[in-house]
Amino acid sequence: MMFTELLRVEDLRVEYLTEAGRVRVVDDVSFTLRRGEILGLAGESGSGKTTIALAILRLLKAPAAITGGRILFEGRDILDLDEVELRRMRGRRIALVTQSAMNALNPVLTIGEQLADAIIEHERVTRFRARERAREQLQVVGIDPDRVRSYPHELSGGMRQRVVIAMALALSPSLVLMDEPTTALDVVIQRDILVEIAKLRDERGFTILFISHDLSLLLEMCTRIGVLYAGRLVEAAGARSLAEKPKHPYTEGLIRCFPPLVNRAAPAGLHFGRAGPPPRLVGIGGAPPDPRDPPPGCHFHPRCARCVAVCRTTEPALITVAKDHEVACHRLQS
Amino acid sequence: MRYLLRRLAFYLLAAWASITLAFVIPRLMPGDPEATMFARFHGKLDPQAMAALRDTFGFSDEPMWRQYISYLGHVASGDLGVSVSYFPARVGDVIATGMVWTLFLAGMAVVIAYALGTLLGIAAAWRRGGWLDSIGPPLFVLVGAFPFFWLAMLLLFLFGFTLGWTPVRHAYDSRVSAELSLSFVWSVVTHAALPAITIVVATVGSWMLDMRNTMVSILGEDYITMAHAKGLPPRRVMFRYAARNALLPSVTSFGMALGFLLSGSLLTEIVFSYPGQGYLLIQAVRSLDYPLIQGLFLTITLAVLGANFLVDIVYVWLDPRARRGQQ
Amino acid sequence: MTGVINQLAHNRRALVGLAILGCFALLALVGPLFVGDPTAMVARPLSPPSWDHWLGTTGQGQDVLAQTIAGARTTLVIGFTVGFAQVAIGALVGTTAGYVGSRVDDALSLVINIFLIMPGLPLMVIVAAYMPTGSITIALVLVATGWAWSARVIRAQAMSLRDRDFVLAARLAGENPLRIVTHEIVPNMTSLLASAFIGATIYAIGAEVALEFLGLGDVSAVSWGTNLYWASNDSALLTGAWWTFVPTGTCVALVGSALALVNSAIDEIGNPRLRTEHAFEDELRAAGMSPGLSTPVLRREVD
Repeated sequence: MMFTELLRVEDLRVEYLTEAGRVRVVDDVSFTLRRGEILGLAGESGSGKTTIALAILRLLKAPAAITGGRILFEGRDILDLDEVELRRMRGRRIALVTQSAMNALNPVLTIGEQLADAIIEHERVTRFRARERAREQLQVVGIDPDRVRSYPHELSGGMRQRVVIAMALALSPSLVLMDEPTTALDVVIQRDILVEIAKLRDERGFTILFISHDLSLLLEMCTRIGVLYAGRLVEAAGARSLAEKPKHPYTEGLIRCFPPLVNRAAPAGLHFGRAGPPPRLVGIGGAPPDPRDPPPGCHFHPRCARCVAVCRTTEPALITVAKDHEVACHRLQS
Repeated sequence: MRYLLRRLAFYLLAAWASITLAFVIPRLMPGDPEATMFARFHGKLDPQAMAALRDTFGFSDEPMWRQYISYLGHVASGDLGVSVSYFPARVGDVIATGMVWTLFLAGMAVVIAYALGTLLGIAAAWRRGGWLDSIGPPLFVLVGAFPFFWLAMLLLFLFGFTLGWTPVRHAYDSRVSAELSLSFVWSVVTHAALPAITIVVATVGSWMLDMRNTMVSILGEDYITMAHAKGLPPRRVMFRYAARNALLPSVTSFGMALGFLLSGSLLTEIVFSYPGQGYLLIQAVRSLDYPLIQGLFLTITLAVLGANFLVDIVYVWLDPRARRGQQ
Repeated sequence: MTGVINQLAHNRRALVGLAILGCFALLALVGPLFVGDPTAMVARPLSPPSWDHWLGTTGQGQDVLAQTIAGARTTLVIGFTVGFAQVAIGALVGTTAGYVGSRVDDALSLVINIFLIMPGLPLMVIVAAYMPTGSITIALVLVATGWAWSARVIRAQAMSLRDRDFVLAARLAGENPLRIVTHEIVPNMTSLLASAFIGATIYAIGAEVALEFLGLGDVSAVSWGTNLYWASNDSALLTGAWWTFVPTGTCVALVGSALALVNSAIDEIGNPRLRTEHAFEDELRAAGMSPGLSTPVLRREVD
């Protein structure tokens, strides 16, 4: 039975149970992931995006607990699964690619061994066969298969990230969670990796949840994007729709942060310090709230230029305001 | 490889420093070292012993550096002089008899304590908040705070004297002949049991705590999360991913603690009158057998250096990063 | 700094440890005033504990309780002094090595490592055997053999602090290096220095007691170590006179554990991962679950 809807997150709530009380880091977030698409989750650090990814895999560490909602994957609620079922799911049906491949690989095992580990665990094959599969995987991501005997510290940053991707794809999962996969790399390598990811997706057809703080990157890679602020989803739309017509003040602020290479005011187009006045780089004043003591009502209101009375008291709901475009803002719902 | 060579050079340097210290210290005594030393014997030594003593220490009328060179020569050839209290036995021979027992007792006990403590530490870290994790640390901190030798006294008193479960001194029953027979082996085992248990009980706690803390730090690393995310079974992650990495700093601490561990076992030997290096040392001190004291100092120090080098080799074998000369 | 003290005040372990230490400090300070001359012969030798003599008598007929209390002062004074001296020297050498770096660091590190690797006991025995017996000798020997550990730890910290932003800023501004060390680096090492001091003291007390037990201290003085020396000399084990050595050893252990408790509390504060999360576990248990690998699902509302 094929599901067009691969992952549906409903009212997900994640809290840390600390000595000082519960701290909510993911606040009733809902979104859906359709088979084959690339959904981006954008947000600053602390917005809850990594937490969501780890929550899907139920790998958040103590004292985190999932205190509300459902996560439906291929029809089953992940929050109902027991340990054995979860373990069978991880790596095989849902895979994870973390940032900083420097720390994502075990320093004392060869990359071949680490690749083989996952294969052996999920598919009862011999070590020999698993090693062969490992070599094939390395080839797929563009690494010389003879490097199977190398240790992580012997590889460059870009190569390590490819290995992590290879590990994730080794068992042909249907969903791949990518958490800032290129953040720790330099720009040129970043490009290569992203191209690689897009190519692999076209070949293999898996679905990606792409998490990043870099909105410009997401605008290029993703089909749809969700914007997270302080644990809440404030806007969700198709990539183009978001880029051309951002509706939430936070999203607008984020988009205004990009310096354009093309200055529309200048006659010749290219800006490069010559014709026309330089565009103003506008940041968003203030800082994200402390999750232990969030502002009442809309979490963004202290930093919002368009804040009105109702923003300070009531949390805005996520509402569809245009085709495939949802926003949580009082100013747009009248 | 380069790493090991550098370490070897360091150990050779430290060995040289110890040998030189052994040369320098007697000569630092206030007054004329020779006269003071001989005065302590209240003239009880016969001329032969006196000559032997003088010879060992290189006391002569030659200039200091000459004495030093000849001293170095003696040490390099293994000639540590003649013992005063065991006259006319050579210091080297006396030490050799003690060495066997110390290696047996201390070697076995230290390894057992380390292995046991490490396993307990892994278990405690895995089940954070479990009973092992809550009771273990405070209990072991308390037990580890007792002086080694006091624990030895206590255990000896309880099990040796009061309950009579184990023998109370020496390495084996003197009535049994020292050959490879079952009764001899059994005698050796029962005599070594209590001293070994003392050493294990006194030290296992600190290994456990050490390993637990290292494991907890490592369990927070990204590659552990990734390992779980691959769907690997928890036990595989615990051993192959976490413990394997936690072993590295653990082995390093083991190396650094060797000197301390050896000192503790020596004290234990003294309490149990176990005829190893420790027992010899205290007898030498009591009878002011200076050549023996110096000889023991040298052998013990060099043994610790050697053991440290072995630990370094093990470390290189465990850490692929060290093999390439990086760290 | 005040934050650390504040957190310590709330830490169960630290409070227990400090309470025990406080008791012993009190004992050491005023105890001797109440017990008279500990070396006086007061009753039949080797009598077990009784109402007259709570802890019995030694092989020389001396009161064990009096000896234990009197011994506290000597042992603790030497122990804390040596610990302090070890850390002071270690801090001096370690900060210099860590901050100045390059050749100076290479040389100092070599010295530190050599002192570290040489086993303490044989060295202490050989030095003490040649020098006149007494507390000063022991103290000097302990400091000389023990400073290296603090030096190494402090050096590592100084090295990492040297490259931190605020220190970098001070260096670039041309501040006097000595001033930088005393005003920027050392204040950021307070918990490390405290931890090192405690560790050094634990080691010093243990080593001091061991050396005195071997007879290398002043056997006519009254301290915990010499008490044990005499107990062993008078064949405490053979005669079954457990009261001559059990109380002393217990005192040493209590002081050592108390110090270790405070130390582990400081450790926990510095490394939050080591802390156990009680609130989390309590809530899980209330819901009938136990902490495991996967993130638990707790749908019950708590308000």
